[in-house]
Amino acid sequence: MKALPCVARPVLLASALVLGCAAQAGTLTIESWRVDDKSLWEDEIIPAFQRKHPGITVKFAPTAPTEYDSSLTARVTAGTAGDLIACRAFDVSLNLYKKGQLEKLDGKPGMEHFPDSAKVAWQTDDGRDTYCMPMASVIHGFFYNKKIFNELKLKPPATEQEFLKTLEAIKAAGKYTPLALGTADQWEAHQIVYTGIGPNHWKGEEGRKALLEGKKKLTDPEFVGVWDSMAKWTPYLGKGASSQTYADSQNLFALGRAAIFPAGSWDIAYFRQQGGLDFAAFPPPVTAPGARCHISDHTDIGMGVNSKSKNKEDAYKFLAWLGSQEFADLYTNRVTGFFSLSNHLIAVKDPVAKQMMDWRKSCSSTIRLNAQVMNRGEPNMETEFWNVDSQVLNGKMSPKQAAERMQAGFARWYGPQKK
Amino acid sequence: MNRVSPWQVAAFLLPALLIYTVFSALPLIDTLRLGFYVTDDSGARHFAGLANFHTLLTDPQWSAGFWNAMANNLKFFLIHMAAQNPIGLLLAALLSLRGVKGAAAYRTVLFLPTLLSVVIIGFVWQLILSPLWGVAENLLGWFGLQDWFQPWLGEEGSALTTLSLVSVWQFVGIPMMLIYAALIAIPEEIVEAAVVDGASPWRVFWSIRLPLILPTLGLVTILTFVANFNAFDLVYAVKGAVAGPNYSTDILGTFFYRTFFGYQSQVGSPTMGAAVATLMFLVILAGVGLYFYVVQRRLQRYTF
Repeated sequence: MKALPCVARPVLLASALVLGCAAQAGTLTIESWRVDDKSLWEDEIIPAFQRKHPGITVKFAPTAPTEYDSSLTARVTAGTAGDLIACRAFDVSLNLYKKGQLEKLDGKPGMEHFPDSAKVAWQTDDGRDTYCMPMASVIHGFFYNKKIFNELKLKPPATEQEFLKTLEAIKAAGKYTPLALGTADQWEAHQIVYTGIGPNHWKGEEGRKALLEGKKKLTDPEFVGVWDSMAKWTPYLGKGASSQTYADSQNLFALGRAAIFPAGSWDIAYFRQQGGLDFAAFPPPVTAPGARCHISDHTDIGMGVNSKSKNKEDAYKFLAWLGSQEFADLYTNRVTGFFSLSNHLIAVKDPVAKQMMDWRKSCSSTIRLNAQVMNRGEPNMETEFWNVDSQVLNGKMSPKQAAERMQAGFARWYGPQKK
Repeated sequence: MNRVSPWQVAAFLLPALLIYTVFSALPLIDTLRLGFYVTDDSGARHFAGLANFHTLLTDPQWSAGFWNAMANNLKFFLIHMAAQNPIGLLLAALLSLRGVKGAAAYRTVLFLPTLLSVVIIGFVWQLILSPLWGVAENLLGWFGLQDWFQPWLGEEGSALTTLSLVSVWQFVGIPMMLIYAALIAIPEEIVEAAVVDGASPWRVFWSIRLPLILPTLGLVTILTFVANFNAFDLVYAVKGAVAGPNYSTDILGTFFYRTFFGYQSQVGSPTMGAAVATLMFLVILAGVGLYFYVVQRRLQRYTF
């Protein structure tokens, strides 16, 4: 029974932010959502930078991921945000740039080390202005528990059919949950499952671009097919999967009670910390034997400069260092599971991370289906997808219904899909 | 008789008035104003009259979400009215009986959850009800009811009811204490007179105590109403701002949060959010107004 008026909340939040994070000349403050990496930045990355640039103090000030975008927007608007701003891919940071809150970075030192494909996530629609330096991408696939696979004499599946057979075999053995996956948090049903296994169906970039050009619809077989596959997973989820959170799934897999974990590469670091778990990865299964594989290799994080920063000169020095081989190596090998997007050659030390990075050699990379443009309108496709995908996994919505609902929502506001 | 000078009145009211104005009244008025604006791509604001409200109530995309949140909120409130307040009344009635051993201890224990952070409450109940690690299934098993167990927090049909009951569990202490205070304030002579007249304890409760605490029950009702239509934290802590599954736990508070701050890649709109907040304010205002004009005026406070 808390009777705090709803209008007081934003005010309290804003005043807390103003007090907490006043920008200060002479110190560089980095805004980020990577709360998990705080100690890594403080103990390794920032000291490494300061060895090259003594005299510049750097502060890493992360906000929890789900609150990052909203609190950052509040801070940037109020003029109290840090000098360097970690950029989400595509629309959220594009919005900041359009409002003049991020600096244009074309031609700045360090930018030359990144291929065009890496920069797309932080460019205006016409590709003319780049406003964030690409930092890292994440790759999606599946982790499997090697001990369980050996015990049940299973091999990592290559096709969808083999994948379902593997799940069936694990279920038949009766000792382990086949898939460590729940739908309580909703996001993994989309970001890891739908856009993780989907590229094999819609042929990666080809399908994604066709959707943006209005040549394909979400009701076309290559998109419905993904929901079809997901609907087949329902019997292999754990008991009560509808209230199983992402953390529950991680625990199930870490404790060796589940055999397969639909994963993002950032999970490697988590399972390494748990220790004692012997696992490896396989890429999303292809639809037919011998088909070319596609992976979701999502440009996830970049770094931009706050246009109201009082310390831009040092901010650019930091960015230049962010584009260096030293940083790429440090980030890839210390923040395990985040892969540098630069052109530098980097030896990946973690075996699972190396396995996942090597998929880039044999498979075509694509980004998450709806990351570009599709999240702009109302309904927001990302939130819609979360909802619809978890309903399909729960067996509460048929693949056909899912496709129709998503297409109707998309066609509602996106010109090329309206006809 | 003491004379109170107007200066004294001003001096005592001023601090509260000042704080209330700065931190509550002004932001409220500013929110109401903000609801009449729209933001364009460059971040500039323009006056747009009732455009936001028009979109919110007539655009199917927005109105479906809004009315869904409103209906869920109403359900949330009704469950509190049906469970929290009667249970609070029952507990208060039991505690106020003469000669209950350890009444103070019970009072403390029952009130304790109210003091806990909602994040802890959400986390603890998520664990208790978890099909993977929870104890709920085993507890039901003791009564042979393990087949009844469901992932209640994850099912569309039961998630909102479960969350409401968790909230009832947390806050039942407040109506209990308010009603308890009213019950022990009833003068002994009245009760004794009824007993002498031959009234049973049951009759005493229904004919003497309950009518005398009606004003408190009215107060509890309106407090519950205001708190429930402002509720946000429990749903956010347990289900996140998308309030799944399929928006079945979406209440006005979470709907407002998503609209105002945005969520994940959804970009927030302060002006639209202000429009939602304005509607929430109007709903609460209407509820409180209705209460004052219809209920409060008819209640006679007992005087001695």
